[in-house]
Amino acid sequence: MNNTKKLNEVRKEVVAILQEIRPEFDFSEKIDFIEEGMLDSFDVVTLVTTLDEKFQISIDGMDILPENFATIDSIIELLLKNGAKSESDFS
Amino acid sequence: MELKVNLTFHNKKITGILTILPSNIVKFEDEMDNYNFSKAKSLKLKLAMGYNTHRIAKDNTTVSDLCVYGLNYLFEKDYLKKEDIDALILITQSPDYFMPPTSNVIQGKLGLKHDMICLDINQGCAGFEIGLYQAFMLLEQSEVNKVVLLNADILSKKVSKRDRNSNPLIGDGASITIVEKSDKPNVINCNIKMNGTGYDVLMVPAGGFKLPSSPETAEMKEDKAGNFRSLDNLVMKGDEVFNFVQREVPPMIENLLKSSKRDIEEVNYFMFHQPNKFMLRKLADKMKIPYDKMPNNVVENYGNASGVSIPTAICHNISEELKSDDMFLCFAGFGVGLTWASILMNVGHLDFCEFLEY
Repeated sequence: MNNTKKLNEVRKEVVAILQEIRPEFDFSEKIDFIEEGMLDSFDVVTLVTTLDEKFQISIDGMDILPENFATIDSIIELLLKNGAKSESDFS
Repeated sequence: MELKVNLTFHNKKITGILTILPSNIVKFEDEMDNYNFSKAKSLKLKLAMGYNTHRIAKDNTTVSDLCVYGLNYLFEKDYLKKEDIDALILITQSPDYFMPPTSNVIQGKLGLKHDMICLDINQGCAGFEIGLYQAFMLLEQSEVNKVVLLNADILSKKVSKRDRNSNPLIGDGASITIVEKSDKPNVINCNIKMNGTGYDVLMVPAGGFKLPSSPETAEMKEDKAGNFRSLDNLVMKGDEVFNFVQREVPPMIENLLKSSKRDIEEVNYFMFHQPNKFMLRKLADKMKIPYDKMPNNVVENYGNASGVSIPTAICHNISEELKSDDMFLCFAGFGVGLTWASILMNVGHLDFCEFLEY
């Protein structure tokens, strides 16, 4: 990932993207978005497309699994896995 | 994972492809209100998945109607002679009848010679590859010189209009591919894999002998995601299909290239089955194939008509090139069964490669 964004900034960006996809839910809460029914498979498609575009990466198709979109932390981990040069980019 | 079923054929060629599409065009925007999500969300998905327009057969149109119409066109244009057809292979999941085979119905309607083979095969998304394998195998016989491969499906009739998983992307159509012996010592590399434990990932639960259609099976019910469908309708577990494709297709293509001693750069086009734009882009990214070498524009223009999707992609994207040049193409189909199969072969100097509206 070609950036030096701090973790908090990335977190805010991810929350903003999620809020735009499903404005009726509060994604800042520490709950399982999938289990709570806040994101369905079509939301995940929109989310992946938006994250790919925003962070200029391509999230691996094999990583598009519900558990990787369950929390903000898991989404950030996914971003790191699929594009960040190193974890220090985010720290 | 190494594939075990690698098939090799020699001295075979494709000499023409015709794709027959219903003239009825249905727009995604006109169906958005059927689905259980907001318009804003629908429009986002339209871009990501490639939903736009799809071709839907009229209620009384059958698979044999589409095939007979296309074959008569080829006879009239003198692209094909009735007496030259030694075998008719029909790949479909929407036959005219349970019995007899629809290929026999087509043979009868056209008045073809009796000294030939008619064969129906129940396959879908990998139906182009399965049909080509069958054609290549028949052509190994000295008496078989020309095989007509028909891929045809009208599965929109089995899809609930209120099923946002399947309805926006389904399409109807047929294709005719002429396969013949070749004097050139060409090599065709293929592979295939199947996993019947995933039989229920894509299926129509009722209507067969296991669960005959009844008023109970026709009852519309809402699933967890808000789709309405009955047991008579096609059901697709979209997440499972997606994961299966992302897991199995890249190693299959890698294996095919390896066994053919070729690399991605040597392939002119990767003509893959067309489930939706998102899935194809993810495959292209994973395999590092440029988007312009792997077209993903069939769903947005015509919808996904199972085994017809690859001939449609060919006719839409490279028909002129294939009439004048030789190209090295990679075909890959994946879906119902579960089945996944691929072919690497030279295709070119076709006698015809075009669309026909029904």
